[in-house]
Amino acid sequence: MITWPNFVSQVFNGLASGALLALISSGLTIIYGTLGVLNLAHGAMFMLGGYAGYVAYHATGSFLLAVVVGALFMVVVGAVVERVLIRRFYDRPHEDQILLTFGIGIVIVELVRLGFGSLTLSVPPPAWAAGVTPMGFLIYPTYRIVVLAIAGVALALLYLVLYRTRLGMIVRAGIEDSGMVGMLGINIDRVFMLVFGIGAMAAGFAGIVNAPVVSLTPDLGSSILVQTFVVVVIGGVGSFPGAILGGLVAGEILSLTSMVDPAYSEVMLFVVMTLVLVLRPQGLLGVPGRA
Amino acid sequence: MSRRLPLLVEGLTALGLVLAPFVLPTLHFAPDTVNQILIWGLFGIGFDILFGYTGLLSFGQSALYGTGGFIAAYLLTNSLMTSVLAALLVGTVGAALAGVLVGLIALRRTGIYFAMITVAIAETFFFVENSPLSAWTGGENGLPGVPAPDFRIGTLTWTVGTGWSMYWFLAACYFIAIVLALRIVRSPVGAILTAIRDNPQRARAVGHAVGAYKLTAFVVAAAFAGFAGGLLGVQQGFMPPDAFTFDTSGQLVMQTVIGGSAALFGPLLGAAVWLSLRDFLQAGLGLGGAWRLVLGVVFVVLIVFLRRGLIGGALDLVRSLSGRAQPAEAPEEAASVALAAPALVSIAGRRRHDAGFSGPVLEAQGLTKIYGGLAANRDIDFTVEEGELRGVIGPNGAGKSTFFKMLTCEVPPTAGRIRFHGRDITGFDVSRVCQLGLTKSYQVNQLFARQTVWQNVVIAALAERRGLFRLDMLRRIDRVPGLETQVEQTLALVGLTARAAVPVASLAYGEKRRLEIALALAASPTLLLLDEPLAGMSPRERTETVQLLKNIRRGRTLVIVEHDMDAVFELAERITVLHEGRKLAEGTPAEIQGNSFVQDAYLGGVSAA
Repeated sequence: MITWPNFVSQVFNGLASGALLALISSGLTIIYGTLGVLNLAHGAMFMLGGYAGYVAYHATGSFLLAVVVGALFMVVVGAVVERVLIRRFYDRPHEDQILLTFGIGIVIVELVRLGFGSLTLSVPPPAWAAGVTPMGFLIYPTYRIVVLAIAGVALALLYLVLYRTRLGMIVRAGIEDSGMVGMLGINIDRVFMLVFGIGAMAAGFAGIVNAPVVSLTPDLGSSILVQTFVVVVIGGVGSFPGAILGGLVAGEILSLTSMVDPAYSEVMLFVVMTLVLVLRPQGLLGVPGRA
Repeated sequence: MSRRLPLLVEGLTALGLVLAPFVLPTLHFAPDTVNQILIWGLFGIGFDILFGYTGLLSFGQSALYGTGGFIAAYLLTNSLMTSVLAALLVGTVGAALAGVLVGLIALRRTGIYFAMITVAIAETFFFVENSPLSAWTGGENGLPGVPAPDFRIGTLTWTVGTGWSMYWFLAACYFIAIVLALRIVRSPVGAILTAIRDNPQRARAVGHAVGAYKLTAFVVAAAFAGFAGGLLGVQQGFMPPDAFTFDTSGQLVMQTVIGGSAALFGPLLGAAVWLSLRDFLQAGLGLGGAWRLVLGVVFVVLIVFLRRGLIGGALDLVRSLSGRAQPAEAPEEAASVALAAPALVSIAGRRRHDAGFSGPVLEAQGLTKIYGGLAANRDIDFTVEEGELRGVIGPNGAGKSTFFKMLTCEVPPTAGRIRFHGRDITGFDVSRVCQLGLTKSYQVNQLFARQTVWQNVVIAALAERRGLFRLDMLRRIDRVPGLETQVEQTLALVGLTARAAVPVASLAYGEKRRLEIALALAASPTLLLLDEPLAGMSPRERTETVQLLKNIRRGRTLVIVEHDMDAVFELAERITVLHEGRKLAEGTPAEIQGNSFVQDAYLGGVSAA
C-alpha cells in the first residue's frame, strides 16, 4: 500500500508543514523568551493571518500583495494587543498571563466568526504556483514546494533578524535575562511591542501561506496551537533552533503517520512528546533548569 | 469562622440546594439549565483544588471528564453493569487512574510547560476517543441510551426522572462532592497544596514531597472530573463526544475564573453566570452566535480587573465595607518584649535516626561546584561538631551561597561528598534532607506570601509532624497531634506570637526575617544553616535578631553565613573563611582576626595599614 513515491511525497509534505510549524513555533518561542508570556492566542493569530490574507487577496487580486499586507496587518494586531493588554500582565503570575492570552484568543476567534461566519472560505494558490511539478518519479503539487520555499526564506529572515541585528541581540539577551536587559537602559517597552508584533506576524504569515492548502474556518487555530505546543516541548522552550528542529520533527511525524492511518497522526505526535519529556525533559535543544 | 461553626458552610450549601428548586424557577431558570450548572459546578470543584488551591492551571480536564463519562456510559449502555451508582463509581476510579498517568507526564514540568502539556493531552484524548476507540465510544455519535438511576428502600422505589427529579439526584451528588472537597482543603494536605501554590521551592525545602502532593491534587481533580462526566451522561441520557473537546476544558477554566478560584463554589457560580448569560444573550437579546464573543470579552475584562472572580470581588467588597478591621500596623513593642525575655521554650531537636553515632554532625569532603567554566566552589572540606555555632564569612562572590545550597542538597555538587550524622546525603532531595534534620533559612525571604504568620509556620511544622508525604486528606488540620503546640512554641521563640493572625504581606521587614527563621525552626532541625539572617536589618532589628540567634542555639547546631562581622565574631565559636570559592582559613575568632591571609583577602589588608 505504501509505495515509494507515496512515501517520498509524504516526506515532502512533512517538510512543508514542518517548516510552517517551525515558523509558528518560533513566533511563540520568541514571545515567551523575551516577554515571559505564553501566548495561547497564537493559534487564533495564525487563523487571523489566514483571513487577513483572504481579505487582502480579494481586494487586490495579487497573492504576493496579500502575503505582505496580511503580514503587516498581523504586526499591527500583535503590537496593539501587547500595548493594550499584555503589558499590564508582566508583573502578574504566569497563570494570569495564560488566562489572558487564552481569553484574547477566544475574542479573536469569535470576532472572525462574527465577521465571516463559520463556513469555510478558500484562497486559491497564485496562478504561477498552481498545478503540479514533475519531480523525477513523482508528481508533486507546485504550491507545496512554494510553501516550503517561502517558509524557509521566512525562517532565514527571522534568523537574520535574531542573530544579525541590534533588535535580535536584545531579544536573545532578553531570553537569557530580561531583568538585566531592562537595567541596561534599553527601551524595553518598544522592544516588547515589536517582539509581540513579530511573534504574531510569524503565526499570521504562516496562516496566510497555509491558506491555499487548507480551508479557512474560525476554529482553524486550535489544532495548530496544540501542535505548536508539542513542537516547543519537543524542541525546548526559548530555543529558536529548537523550534525549527521540533517543527520539522513534528511535521514529519504527522505526515508519515497519516500515511499509515490519519487517525493516529496526532496521537503519535503526543507519544513522541511524552518520550521527549521522559528522556529529556528540557526538550531536544533546551537548556536544563530553565522554565 | 470554620473553627467556631465547623459545619456552617456545609449547612448553608444544603439549605441552598434544597431551596433552589423553589427559588430558581421564579428567576426563569429551567431545570435542565440548573442541572447543567450543578454538573459544571461539581466538575469545577476538582479543578479548583488543582488550580485555585495548588496553582496548577490545567487545560486538560476535558480528557478526564470524558474518560469518566464514557467509562460509565459504556458500562451502562452495554448492560455490563445495571447499577448507575456503581457505574459512576467505576468511571470515577477510571478517570482517577487516567489522572495518575496524565499527571505523571504533565507534572514533569511546571508553569507554562504544564499548561502546554495539558492542552496537548486534552487534544490527544479527543482524537483517541474519536477515532481509534470509536467502536467503544460511538465516535462522533456518542453513546445514547444512558439510564437514570433508581433507588429502592424497602418497598419504596424512586426512579430518577428528568427535570427537577433529576435535580434532586444531582444536588445530592453535588453536596457529597462539596463536603468531601471542604474536608480536603481543610486537611493538612489542603494546607500543603496552598503552600505549593504560593512557594513550591520553600514547600519542598521545609520537607514536603512536592511532586507527590501535586500528583495527589491532579488525581483528586481527575476523580471529580470523572464523576461529573458520568453524571453528564446520566443527566442527558446520552454521552456526548464533545465532553472530550478542548472547548470543554476552556469553558471550565473560564467559568472558574469568572466565579472565583480557591473558593470551591466559584465554578458553580461561574457556570450559573455563564449559562444564564448565554441563554439571555442568545434568546433574550437575539444575539445568536455572538454570545461567545460577549462572554470572551467579559472574561478578558475580569482577568484584567477582577482576577479573583465574583466571589473574590464580593469578599473584598465586604471586607472594605466592614471597615479595615485588620491590625495592619501592629505592636512592634510587643515583639521586642517577647524577644527580650529569655526564651524558656525550646523545641526539642528531631528524633535521632542514629542513636549510636558520635562523630561530627556534618562532614563535607572535597565539595566542588562548577557552573559552565566557572568554579563557584572548589575542593572545600568542612566539618561541624555537635552543638557548635559556626560562622562562615567571605567577601561577595566567595561562593558562600552556593556552598550552603550544596550542604542542604538544593544543588548537587559537581564533586565531593556530604555526610550528615555519618550518613551520606549527597544527591538526596532537599525535602528528604530536611526530614533528616538539616535545613536552612534563606538570604532572601522565602515565605508563603498569601498566608498568615500562623499558617506559614503550620506548613513547616506539618512536614516535621507528618513526614515527607501522607495522604490524610480527610483529617482536620487541627487534629494533627502536637501541631498547635509546636507552632505556638516556634512563634514564641521568634517573638511573633502576637502577630500570628497577620498576613505575611502586612509584616514589617524585620518580622519577615524572623518568620523566615521560624519556618526553618519549625522543622525542628538538629543542624540549622542560616544564610545572612541579619541582611538588610535596622540596628534595632539587628540587636533583636542577634539575641534570637543566641536563644535558638541552645540544643542545636548552627552554621551562619553573615556579612555582619561584629555579629559573627560575637556569636561564633569557630569561623570558616571562604575566598574565591576555596576555604582560606578556619579557626576561633581570635585566630581568624590574627590570620594575615584573611586580613589581606578579606578584612581589607589591615596588616598592611
